[in-house]
Amino acid sequence: MAAELHVAMVAADREVWSGEATLVVARTTSGDIGVMPGHQPLLGVLESGPVTIRTSDGGTVVAAVHGGFISFADNKLSLLAEIAELSDEIDVQRAERELERAKAEGDALAERRADVRLRAAASR
Amino acid sequence: MGAQLRVYKRRIRSVTATKKITKAMEMIAASRVVKAQRKVAASTPYAAELTRAVTAVGTGSNTKHALTTQAETVVRSAVLLLTSDRGLAGAFNSNAIKAAEQLTARLEAEGKQVDTYIVGRRGLAHYNFRERKVVESWSGFTDEPTYADAKKVAAPLIEAVEKDTAEGGVDEIHIVFTEFVSMMTQTALDDRLLPLSLDEVAKEAAPKGEILPLYDFEPSAEDVLDALLPRYVESRVYNALLQSAASKHAATRRAMKSATDNAGELIETLSRLANAARQAEITQEISEIVGGSAALADATAGSDR
Repeated sequence: MAAELHVAMVAADREVWSGEATLVVARTTSGDIGVMPGHQPLLGVLESGPVTIRTSDGGTVVAAVHGGFISFADNKLSLLAEIAELSDEIDVQRAERELERAKAEGDALAERRADVRLRAAASR
Repeated sequence: MGAQLRVYKRRIRSVTATKKITKAMEMIAASRVVKAQRKVAASTPYAAELTRAVTAVGTGSNTKHALTTQAETVVRSAVLLLTSDRGLAGAFNSNAIKAAEQLTARLEAEGKQVDTYIVGRRGLAHYNFRERKVVESWSGFTDEPTYADAKKVAAPLIEAVEKDTAEGGVDEIHIVFTEFVSMMTQTALDDRLLPLSLDEVAKEAAPKGEILPLYDFEPSAEDVLDALLPRYVESRVYNALLQSAASKHAATRRAMKSATDNAGELIETLSRLANAARQAEITQEISEIVGGSAALADATAGSDR
């Protein structure tokens, strides 16, 4: 059995996803970071971006995460986010509308959020 | 029907209508408590992980941060009071307000100025009526608070902490809310949100003497703390809002239950009285008939003679 790490992705009001994984890639403020089992304890600030989780049964889970933290210790990884959505929960049409609106209003933050959602949804 | 009896009947009808309403409110509140409790439970993993992370940074590095260090002399404190928008919840709001007033008195006795922030129309009405100054207030979401609401409430508080006291900033934040202990017990309590005492946080996070690992901070411990602490405050405010909402529904349920019980008792007493009045009426009618016929019999017997 390959080495695994336990991942818990929690948003402020619910647990979004939890399970075993072999690799987690997330975007921190200083760049993308990949965490594999046995990584050194880590605590980082996440940027708005997609998080890719390679599950131990070979599948891939992609989620759009907006702000938050990644913390890893004892082979347990937690992704804390104020807002986190799995790629199949994302409403593509709504995100597209949101992107249009944000672009029109010049709201960079909202534009980025919508963009991240769309990219996460595209990879499913 | 006699006048007395009619009055009783009317009162029974009105109390029955009230009882129906309070019964319905009791049932609505009961279902909402369960929902609110579930929300408290759903927010727990986030709060727990966040507490763990804060403890890790706080204990794993020697960083001094505005949000964790105690000011030498505290000039001003902020008190955030959580009440509900609607009443009909027994002593729920007055208990929270009382706790806030005790805290304010204590802080003022220590020579601190107190800035009051209020959530919920009830608390605001109480302060406005007494013409006390409220820095900021929010309402409209106390029944079902969302994380966005918590962010809205936490933002000015965090801003006030980061500001210098000379410019109107605060050194401490206290929060007064009603803790949901169980369906039967809810207690109003005050808690210091900031500055964090890491010892206490550590106690909560690792009760079993668990040793925290040495973390690698990305990008740096200061930046992580900068980002972490506002989130921590938000999550604490969110948790307090949720507990307060659950407590309010539980208090409403209890208040409405006793109102329903009282209405039931009142109906019983009134029906007894109505029965007695009806019986008295019948008795009177019978004695009138008997008396009348006796008088008639007496009269006929006299004419016979």
